[in-house]
Amino acid sequence: MKEFAMVYRSEPMGEIKLTAEGNMEVSKEWENWMGSAAAQNKLVSPGLRLGNEGRVVKPGNVVTNGPYAEIKEIIGGLSVFRADSIEEATERAKSCPILNVGGNVEVREIIQMNG
Amino acid sequence: MQEKELIPYLYRTEFRKITAVLCRLFGIEHITIAEDIVGDTFLLAAETWGLKGVPANPAAWLYIVAKNKTRDFLKRNTIFNEKVSPHVQYSTDESHEIEVDLSSTNINDSQLQMMFAICYPGIPPESQIGLSLRILCSFSIDEIADAFLTNKETINKRLYRAKEKLKQDKVQIEMPPASEIGKRIETVLTTLYLLFNEGYYSSSRNTVLTKDLCLEAMRLTHMLTENESTDKPEVNALLALMCFHASRFDARVDKNGELILYEDQDISLWNSELIKQGERYLNRAAKGELISRYHLEAAIAYWHTAERDSPEKWEKVLSLYNRLLMVEYSPIAALNRTYALAKVYGNEAAIIEAEKLGLDQNHLYHLLLGELYSEAERQKAIWHFTTASKLTKTSADRTVIRKKIEKLKH
Repeated sequence: MKEFAMVYRSEPMGEIKLTAEGNMEVSKEWENWMGSAAAQNKLVSPGLRLGNEGRVVKPGNVVTNGPYAEIKEIIGGLSVFRADSIEEATERAKSCPILNVGGNVEVREIIQMNG
Repeated sequence: MQEKELIPYLYRTEFRKITAVLCRLFGIEHITIAEDIVGDTFLLAAETWGLKGVPANPAAWLYIVAKNKTRDFLKRNTIFNEKVSPHVQYSTDESHEIEVDLSSTNINDSQLQMMFAICYPGIPPESQIGLSLRILCSFSIDEIADAFLTNKETINKRLYRAKEKLKQDKVQIEMPPASEIGKRIETVLTTLYLLFNEGYYSSSRNTVLTKDLCLEAMRLTHMLTENESTDKPEVNALLALMCFHASRFDARVDKNGELILYEDQDISLWNSELIKQGERYLNRAAKGELISRYHLEAAIAYWHTAERDSPEKWEKVLSLYNRLLMVEYSPIAALNRTYALAKVYGNEAAIIEAEKLGLDQNHLYHLLLGELYSEAERQKAIWHFTTASKLTKTSADRTVIRKKIEKLKH
């Protein structure tokens, strides 16, 4: 078994909505998609969701406001799954909800670094 | 109460209390001595009360005798005396006698501390449960053997090894510091959860015993909620979960001892008082930000007590199983999630999901597929049910499956 990162990109999502309890609202589609992987014991980590605000730091201490000036697409988040091959991971990515909003998924194998 | 039943009853309620106090007094290295002293006390009760009649205050009698036996033991073993725990209080007597404090405060404190000592990650889970049953719940070795479907020798060995390990690792009988309680409580809760499951899913024929296991798990969990330092949200969530499951005790088994499935149960036999208790603890659990797996399981159990069959229920249950699996995977949660998915999105969608689960050696997997195929593809359903019957280990399950197959053939 290997581990794969899935990086989600799309146009900046709208305001992150909060539920009555103050938790981030996760849409049913995302929950079902993650839940499906979790039920197969193939979800390593639901991962991180990134906020819309960003900074980019370049050499010479140059700081700009996020990557928005040039690019329409930003990284929305990242999760980790288990799979035997990149083909298997890619097959799972085909049902990712980000695709329904015109976004895309990048699938990359995670290299285990020995400490 | 009949005189004959009095001593067993007192054994169940008082053995653990006195043992906990004495264990704390003597330290973890001498748990067996504590057990022996209390055992001797009850032996004396059995001998004396038969001849001289039951004392006016039986529990107090037991306490006095246990104290005396403890003092005698300590007098005879002066080396032992010197090593006795610093918690010991000395009376104002000139004889410097050891005071054995059997007040209810000390009893509760001692039991809580013993719980943390016994639920020690260094000994295997079944040993933690075994020791808990013995020390915290007053179970006899025979009863523990029955609960685990094994024999006395195995249990004795198991408990012996566990006590040796506690001794070896110098486990202290004390409340963990506040900074560590969160972490140590996790182990305690896992043990209590497993203890409850031993009773709930037990294959033992002794239904009184198995119900007792669940009740004991609930009593211990409740004890944690009564103490400020251990009254955490996840503890309340676990207790809520136990209440909800326990509320269906009387409806789960028919007069022949056979299992009645959830959808066939007589709702009037559900214990509404326990359901209310469960709701109360679920509310108490809704504090703070952490959602533990117990919160999620309790919420699922809540939905199963609240309604039988509504679209909203199954959507909520599916969502809860998604979240539970994201926190921790288990084959049972995976299968239950798939069942909920069937209720929301239909059998075909669920079958597709089920076949990706990789659980085809599991009889519950085949039971699920049998259900899902029942309407559309009867032959496949029968095949899965038959496979399930071959894979299962309990005869109660086989009976249920046989009935399902018969229903399909007509």
